[in-house]
Amino acid sequence: MSNETGASTATFRIWRGNSSGGAFHDYTTEISEGMVVLDAVHRIQAEQANDLAVRWNCKAGKCGSCSAEINGNPRLMCMTRLNALPLTDPVTIEPMKAFPLVKDLVTDVSWNFRVKPQIKKFTPRLPDASDGTWRMAQADVDRVQEFRKCIECFLCQDVCHVLREHRLFEYFIGPRFFVNTAALDMHPLDTANRTADLRQNQGVGYCNITKCCTNVCPEGIKITDNAIIPLKERVVDQYFDPLRKLFRIFR
Amino acid sequence: MAEYETHDYEVLVIGAGGAGLRAAIEASANQARVGVVTKSLLGKAHTVMAEGGIAAALSNVDERDNWRVHFADTMRGGQYLNNWRMAELHAKEAPDRVRELEAWGALFDRTKDGRILQRNFGGHRYPRLAHVGDRTGLEMIRTLQDYGIHAGMEVHMECTVITLLKDDGRIAGAFGYDRERGRFLLFRAKAVVLATGGIGRAYKITSNSWEYTGDGHALAYEAGASLMDMEFVQFHPTGMIWPPSVRGILVTEGVRGEGGVLKNSDGRRFMFDDIPENYRAQTADNEEEGWRYTQGDRDARRPPELLTRDHVARCILREVREGRGSPHGGVFLDIAWIKNRLPNGAEHIKRKLPSMYHQFKQLADIDITQEPMEIGPTTHYMMGGVRVDADSQMSDVPGLFAAGECGAGLHGANRLGGNSLSDLLVFGKRAGEYAARFAKNNGAASVDPQQIDAAAQRALEPFNRTGESPFQVQQDLQELMQNLAGIVRREEEMQHALIELRRLEERANRVAVAGNREYNGGWHTALDLRNLITVSEIITRAGIERKESRGAHFREDFPSKNDAVGRCNIIVRRDVSGEMQVIREPLAEMPAELKQIIEEMK
Ligand SMILES: Cc1cc2nc3c(=O)[nH]c(=O)nc-3n(C[C@H](O)[C@H](O)[C@H](O)COP(=O)(O)OP(=O)(O)OC[C@H]3O[C@@H](n4cnc5c(N)ncnc54)[C@H](O)[C@@H]3O)c2cc1C
Ligand code: SF4
Ligand code: SF4
Ligand code: FES
Repeated sequence: MSNETGASTATFRIWRGNSSGGAFHDYTTEISEGMVVLDAVHRIQAEQANDLAVRWNCKAGKCGSCSAEINGNPRLMCMTRLNALPLTDPVTIEPMKAFPLVKDLVTDVSWNFRVKPQIKKFTPRLPDASDGTWRMAQADVDRVQEFRKCIECFLCQDVCHVLREHRLFEYFIGPRFFVNTAALDMHPLDTANRTADLRQNQGVGYCNITKCCTNVCPEGIKITDNAIIPLKERVVDQYFDPLRKLFRIFR
Repeated sequence: MAEYETHDYEVLVIGAGGAGLRAAIEASANQARVGVVTKSLLGKAHTVMAEGGIAAALSNVDERDNWRVHFADTMRGGQYLNNWRMAELHAKEAPDRVRELEAWGALFDRTKDGRILQRNFGGHRYPRLAHVGDRTGLEMIRTLQDYGIHAGMEVHMECTVITLLKDDGRIAGAFGYDRERGRFLLFRAKAVVLATGGIGRAYKITSNSWEYTGDGHALAYEAGASLMDMEFVQFHPTGMIWPPSVRGILVTEGVRGEGGVLKNSDGRRFMFDDIPENYRAQTADNEEEGWRYTQGDRDARRPPELLTRDHVARCILREVREGRGSPHGGVFLDIAWIKNRLPNGAEHIKRKLPSMYHQFKQLADIDITQEPMEIGPTTHYMMGGVRVDADSQMSDVPGLFAAGECGAGLHGANRLGGNSLSDLLVFGKRAGEYAARFAKNNGAASVDPQQIDAAAQRALEPFNRTGESPFQVQQDLQELMQNLAGIVRREEEMQHALIELRRLEERANRVAVAGNREYNGGWHTALDLRNLITVSEIITRAGIERKESRGAHFREDFPSKNDAVGRCNIIVRRDVSGEMQVIREPLAEMPAELKQIIEEMK
């Protein structure tokens, strides 16, 4: 909607509340060329709702802080342009649903930070050269860079039904941490074996390859195809390959 | 004293960017009990945004490189105001710190023989920046974060420190609140490391995140430490300028390193028009040579687009002022042209600069492989900060250390790109080590209950008032600093800024916030405002005192260098009566062997 000066307005339906309850509130604010959803939220915070809670840092898609559900789609608020949304209806902005609500658009994502230390840490082989350094080919490095692009926005965790609907937080580490495990496992220097953990207490078996995680990843990481499926194959190779099984029995 | 949740540490690190994490890792490795406090979540600090790389004379790409060349480059870039001892330590130790990151799991791009690849950057004589595409900061912070969580430190995420605590002159801890619930937290500590980053939010156009409100600078000042070089604010020449909502977001110098050129509205490469005397011998004087340099020709000299940031930013401003700017008030940065030179040029650009490609595509509907970008200067980095001892990083306040962007000394009047990430590693490690040592050698300090209760009470005042919104005051402050203490400065304007800052301070003391203490954006902004105003005043006063133009500090009323003030650092501290004191302090004499290096490298 435009007025005479060329400035236009749009309405945003933002979730306001905390763990004890809340409701959507409509805010109409001026919008200008190139604006992203986070800009609109900031304008609303500055002009109409000073105490609005919103988490962000970089406003450049690099830190993974500003995750939310925009018109029902899990996205980074700072990388969602208003001109990509229909503005005839209010734009709904809600917090991520898989995590406990703190306030308004901010959720308690601390579970993720407790999961990470459970993954076996990077364990390099002995250095290749006498000066304590390693030699690696660019091609080997390139293979894992995809996983290392992860900005820990936790949008993939938010959409994964194992967490979102089934709430298996205790048994399943979620797509973000499969990506993390893949980054370590396929690191050219790493020597640790994480397969037993994946199967036993990290629940890779719960993933039924729906690819919802891949579809929301703002970094375009092919989470399911490139990280989870190869990890599942490792589990199969190690545990269900008949020859290997025999080998384990005789050892 | 009221009851507060209390934590006891030997070393408390404030900040979880590269410097804070490196300090915490080192202090833990030295058997200290370490706590880390950070305003945001772990892994989100500003360091995550760094793009171009980490400067270290590994000499993997050009064997002529070594610490002496890196030292000389850093000093030249800083216009010799740098603390020479820090520049020396930095140049010598950076390679080990980079190799250590690799041993902790960081994966850098490789040379053909499998070693860490290095790229060209402004002001560095040889290719020197270890990098991972254009997301080096992410690689660095994730490596430190993932190593750190197994190193034994305790992390308090989303907690903000609002005051430092002292006991009879020495540091005793810090007091703050958790952002989620708004509860106060008391940290008792024998040593404190400040690693809070920069001040960019004092300006309207900035590449910096919301966290950059100069907290560490202001906390240290209030605790009686000296700040140094605060007039030197780096304006990065290439920030996005269009559309308005992305104004300020950084366009990495890597674009120019890969062959990107700057042009005005006449299509002229204006950087050839003004090459400073002290760089003339190392700068290409024709387009052909500049191009060869970016493609790794070791005999070619660097194109003028890769001159130091202060100079490039001013040249851009000149073009705009003289009417040769781009439609939205910047100039053009063109990388698409390299398609004329390289087969598969478009693919090459996407591979070398993936996040830049993405950023322009997504935020500005521009395909940088096809059309030029519009860019202009953006507030980027604070060279000044807490004055520290070069070896230990301790400030004038016993037990208070500072590292990373909130510390001062390494960069002098202008920082070279890539020298910040290496700074974080080298001096983060040193700060952690010496803080642990200080904690071992000194008994427990006691905290002052009155000081703490007073800080808590003051922090809550905005809830008990009715008045203006903190966001409005913050915006007005940013506008003021942008206009009156920005890239080009003048005495009357800065004097005027001081008067206006007084007014803003009065307004800040009257702002009101609604709602309760739970994750309240307005309240957080109200508390950050005090720090922003303190650092703005310090920047302005230091800027008035330096009556010359040098590095990032450009005075229209004193456009050239002046040796009298040019041989001094400007120190700002609080005097006994609580007034802001501005002092010129002569530079320390450089040892003969370092002087000789500089002579040799001229
Ligand atoms: C877009 C961009 C690109 C860059 N690219 C490069 C590059 O390629 N190479 C290079 O060398 N440099 C680069 N820089 C500069 C470099 O990234 C920063 O100078 C550096 O990361 C600062 O690190 P730090 O550890 O000092 O602080 P930060 O990483 O900013 O960390 C500060 C920490 O302090 C915490 N904190 C602040 N105040 C408080 C408080 N009151 N209480 C508790 N915690 C607090 C914050 O939460 C945060 O955890 C770039 C900067 C930007 C903006
Ligand atoms: S593919 Fe697996 S991990 Fe990803 S959303 Fe589906 S179930 Fe979850
Ligand atoms: S894998 Fe993708 S969606 Fe998941 S946390 Fe990382 S960046 Fe976000
Ligand atoms: S604010 Fe950093 S990703 Fe959106």
